[in-house]
Amino acid sequence: MSAEPLAELSDLFVVAAVLLYLFAMVGFALELAFGRARADAPVKGRARTPVTVGAASSEAEAGMPSDDAPQQPVPAFALRGGIAGVVLAWLGWAANLGAIVTRGLAVDRWPWGNMYEFIVAICFAAVSAFLITQTRTNIRFLGGFVMVPAALGLGLASKVFYTSAGPVVPALNSYWIAIHVTAAIIASGLFVLAGVAGVLFLVRGDGLSRLPAKAELEKAAHRAIVLAFPLWTFAVIAGALWADRAWGRYWGWDPKEVWSFITWVGYAAYLHARVTAGWRGRAATVVQLVAFLALLFNLVGVNIFIEGLHSYA
Amino acid sequence: MSVDELERERAAKPAGMGLTGWLRWCWRTLTSMKTALILLFLFALASVPGSLIPQRSVEPDKVALVYKDSPALAEWYDRFQLFDVFTSVWFAAIYLLLFTSLIGCIIPRTATYLRELRRKPPAAPRNLTRLPHSASFDGDLTVTEAARRLRKLRFRVETGDGWVAAEKGYLRETGNLLFHIALLGVLVAVGFGSLYGYRGNVLVAEGDGFANTVAAYDRFIPGPQVSAESLEPFSFEMTDFQATYQVEGEKRGQELDYSAFLKVTDAPGAAPRDYELKVNEPLEVNGTQTYLIGHGYAPVFRVTDAKGHVAFEGPVPCIIADKPTLTSDCVVKVPDAQPTPLGFLMRFLPTSVPLTDGSYASAFPGAIQPGVQVLGAFSGDLGMRSGEPRSVYELAPPELMKKLKPLVMGKDVPAPLAPGQTLDLPDGAGKLEFVEVKEWMTLQIAYDPGRLPALLAASTATVAIVLSLVIRRRRVWVRVKDGTVDVGGLTRTEGSAAGFAEEFDDIVKVLAAGDKDER
Ligand code: HEM
Repeated sequence: MSAEPLAELSDLFVVAAVLLYLFAMVGFALELAFGRARADAPVKGRARTPVTVGAASSEAEAGMPSDDAPQQPVPAFALRGGIAGVVLAWLGWAANLGAIVTRGLAVDRWPWGNMYEFIVAICFAAVSAFLITQTRTNIRFLGGFVMVPAALGLGLASKVFYTSAGPVVPALNSYWIAIHVTAAIIASGLFVLAGVAGVLFLVRGDGLSRLPAKAELEKAAHRAIVLAFPLWTFAVIAGALWADRAWGRYWGWDPKEVWSFITWVGYAAYLHARVTAGWRGRAATVVQLVAFLALLFNLVGVNIFIEGLHSYA
Repeated sequence: MSVDELERERAAKPAGMGLTGWLRWCWRTLTSMKTALILLFLFALASVPGSLIPQRSVEPDKVALVYKDSPALAEWYDRFQLFDVFTSVWFAAIYLLLFTSLIGCIIPRTATYLRELRRKPPAAPRNLTRLPHSASFDGDLTVTEAARRLRKLRFRVETGDGWVAAEKGYLRETGNLLFHIALLGVLVAVGFGSLYGYRGNVLVAEGDGFANTVAAYDRFIPGPQVSAESLEPFSFEMTDFQATYQVEGEKRGQELDYSAFLKVTDAPGAAPRDYELKVNEPLEVNGTQTYLIGHGYAPVFRVTDAKGHVAFEGPVPCIIADKPTLTSDCVVKVPDAQPTPLGFLMRFLPTSVPLTDGSYASAFPGAIQPGVQVLGAFSGDLGMRSGEPRSVYELAPPELMKKLKPLVMGKDVPAPLAPGQTLDLPDGAGKLEFVEVKEWMTLQIAYDPGRLPALLAASTATVAIVLSLVIRRRRVWVRVKDGTVDVGGLTRTEGSAAGFAEEFDDIVKVLAAGDKDER
């Protein structure tokens, strides 16, 4: 196929992904709304070992109320809604992947050379992070909330930041784009997941709620950040290596570099806050979200408001 | 480590350092951790103005603009070193405090860590079922056998009367300490590089050359420890320059690729070698890197004065006026023209096309149909003998500009000259020939001895942080009594308990099932 129909196909895939993510969101929302309300503590007593006698509970929430919600039957359609949500999310994920691949084929380079392509890739990474984590631990409760930024991101990308398929400036024609930007994209996707969990953590009151328990949210956020932080560190270093090749200095406090650095320090602060008495829980989550805002500003704000070497988009 | 964990630790390990020891250690950790946290915040916050206010080291012309537009504001910015955030006193104060705190943190932690390395896992608590993870099964597992199996799982093991204590995951702390030490390493490497390194810019036209000496640079920024003799003595000549552009479609005219072809002499007397210099592919000579930063046009002109002498001949680098079409402004100064100096203001159009209103414009950045429009030709004093440094892009200082005698001006802008064409000045004042098109490139030449150490330290930090975040410190105890085996476990690392439940199950399985294997 030649470049133009491929580029058009890519745009169609983006639209399909937005719709599928929205449908998935409805499915997840059904499960949350009509499913069981949760107490502000995870369920106790996991009997996974056949020979286990004692109860194994997570260690992070000592002192929190642990009485379970009154048992009420979960309507079947709610459960099915959740499962449909997962299926639709996978379909949306496939469309999102299709959009990226066809775009890459159309332009014959790594498809993250401008802000539009970058945002499409980050939405993909965020949904991937959710879907993959969800196969290993049950974080389906986050589904509906992950679909929101994914659909919004794709929508914004194609409405506001749309850039038609084409070549990039010579400085971006480098294998470093594969290394540096890919790492940044994966890390950003994970940070989005953590950000969603963080917002829910702050929104959720104590006690009974339709929303997942705080401890679960905090755990999901922490897991994502623990993966993302080293990746981000690596992305920043790879960026410095690239800058060393392209601009003759590995670090020059270009606005993009400044904000990557702020983001990095912010998440390091979160990791410290989590193990500092008086900061864990709410305060640590606020720190995490501040770091996330810095990340978002770096993604979008720096390109729009500040001129610099990085402002290609 | 957290309070919860400390409490759990204490519960699990009553025979520790003692309460006061714990409290002191705890107090110290918590206070320094909070300080570190606040300093980290300040560090991030302090870099924000560096991205919002133009920085001298990055965009000196923007700083000049602020001075021009709002001098009072600029004064205030400067008073707080806001044009030089990253070299400012207050920024240095924050990171030096942070790194002092870091050192103050690393030293006691390393000491604790070394002691821990040698310490045996603590004895089993009396009631294993009260631990976060526990299990029991029937079997005739012996203490030695349990110890053997746990050792096989790479636990460090200690045995006692009817119990086994095991611990693993020491690499976590190793990673954590290494990470923090590596951060110090990055700081040291960056500092070293800025002391002993230098950076400079130069513009070179096709056919011209460059020799790495301080005088050859247009702008030279040495570190405090750099002397003129420490520059690597290489030189090169640019034999050719080639750029390609997108020809069709919406992105028509976008640069696709460009390269400069160099003849490089690594050291005086060495045989020259060919090198194709491209963006992302710097030339390296003994650690000194030469980068291709930008390019533009340098049309070659020949100016003959009223007496028929060639008073000027050579390429003239033109400043880019319009990036997408590479329309460029050129200034030619001929101080040696007789009887009076001549000066020309011109516009270079790489692909000149006539517009409907009779004017001309460039339609494409490549030099397909190059043309030079003479916007003005003057005779008179250009002020070049005063010895003051003068911009090459300015014909004459404003006060002299008024006194120049215009020869060609304003409305009678002629059609662009094509290469080889000549413009005769009125009244036999001389002539200007547009000989051919050449290109110029701008280079950045940099030497930074801190690059590799910084990279090494940063890579170490990355690997170490993975160890620190992924590995859990965990303890397992086994008690055997009357054919019943109790197993208990806990992770000493908060937040990663999720995965440990599975691992604990597996450990229990190995302890229980290994038994059957032998029958
Ligand atoms: C230059 C700034 C610093 C950065 C980027 C940084 C980064 C980090 C990171 C990413 C972790 C891993 C957290 C985890 O294991 O979950 C960590 C842990 C830790 N940091 Fe820092 N750190 C910095 C400065 C400091 C300072 C100044 C101190 C001492 C006051 C400190 C004390 C600690 C401690 C005690 C831990 C271990 C926490 C645990 O028990 O897991 N750090 N640091």
